[in-house]
Amino acid sequence: MAEYNKSEAELEAVFQQKIDSEQKIEPKDWMPEAYRKNLIRQMSQHAHSEIIGMQPEGNWITRAPSLRRKTVLLSKVQDEGGHGLYLYSATETLGIERSELIAALQSGQAKYASIFNYPAQTWGDMGAIGWLVDGAAIVNQVSLQRTSYGPYSRGMIRICKEESFHQRQGYVIMMELAKGSPAQKQMAQDSLNRFYWPSLMMFGPHDSESAHSAKSMKWKIKRETNDDLRQKFIDQTVPQIAYLGLEHPDKDLVWNEEKGQHDSGEIDWEEFYAVINGNGHSNRQRIQHHVKAHEEGAWVRDAMSAYQQKKLQRKINAETAA
Amino acid sequence: MSLEKLELFEVFLRSKRGLDHKHAGSLHAEDKEQALEYARDVYTRRSEGVSIWVVKSNDICASQEDDSDSFFDPSDDKPYRHATYYDIPKEVGAM
Ligand SMILES: [Fe+2]
Ligand SMILES: [Fe+2]
Ligand SMILES: [Fe+2]
Repeated sequence: MAEYNKSEAELEAVFQQKIDSEQKIEPKDWMPEAYRKNLIRQMSQHAHSEIIGMQPEGNWITRAPSLRRKTVLLSKVQDEGGHGLYLYSATETLGIERSELIAALQSGQAKYASIFNYPAQTWGDMGAIGWLVDGAAIVNQVSLQRTSYGPYSRGMIRICKEESFHQRQGYVIMMELAKGSPAQKQMAQDSLNRFYWPSLMMFGPHDSESAHSAKSMKWKIKRETNDDLRQKFIDQTVPQIAYLGLEHPDKDLVWNEEKGQHDSGEIDWEEFYAVINGNGHSNRQRIQHHVKAHEEGAWVRDAMSAYQQKKLQRKINAETAA
Repeated sequence: MSLEKLELFEVFLRSKRGLDHKHAGSLHAEDKEQALEYARDVYTRRSEGVSIWVVKSNDICASQEDDSDSFFDPSDDKPYRHATYYDIPKEVGAM
């Protein structure tokens, strides 16, 4: 390819020009090493979040209060497993192996969304997670449909189509509880209180503090800043809380007529960094469970490869007999 | 392989960066390099593509149309996988 006779600087200029003119970067294109690394970090972190995110909800499948609710929750958790698969596969187009990604997750070298280090304590949490956690993820993922890396962008488009059901089923759980007995309404309020702030933290640190933001914006890996995405989520959630007849957890929240958006209270960043650095309620448990599930699944992988061998051998036998 | 019996390849085109490759058709060729050039000549004469994939037809494993009822029926009775299954009041905005 002619491209490869160019100097590094020329290649980088061509690359940036593609990005500036809103063209996608595809797996076989030349790309700066830092772009590739940055994408692997972000995409694998996203994939890990889908997979680890199955745990808090998976924990409630056997305890769902009716068969219908059990099937709904099971379907949602299945979807998240699928999302993990789409994202791992898209990450592998950057020339890294799935096993390396999994090893980095299990050793703690790679991160996943901190929200999944909060325990799911009640059925109300199934409502709050679908509504708020998936809701916040959707705001981020809608924006990422326009990311500059083709396979990531296409993965996001597919995932966004599936996410709407996740948020809606969560909100329906909240509506049922909010309209129920005083104890049920209290359960909904409690779940909202515990998941509201961590959901805001999902958008990451303030733009002024974010280590990866500037480069990511220049390369259009990210299309909107953490604070802009968070603001969207804050604004869209206000009428949703009001409709439920619940109290808003942010006592400093006020409508700012001039800006056309809500001003809000400050996030507890100490808690944010504590959880990121491994000291949330469930960090160790999440990784231990992942390792255990992987190890306990070894016999399935062994059986599959033994069966493959057997089929191959039968074919060879049949051919030599013929 | 005789001239009449060249290998069959399936051709996939990406019409624009960022889009998926889509199946465009098939052709006969001696090998994959030749298939790629033929595909360029016969399927992209009017700039229909910015990228071409060719795959040996024999290497494609396809679900069977005849079995498709039973093959796909696990998703037939799960309306709750669709967003429209859930009634969300208008007041709360799009979800
Ligand atoms: Fe997600
Ligand atoms: Fe997901
Ligand atoms: Fe989801």
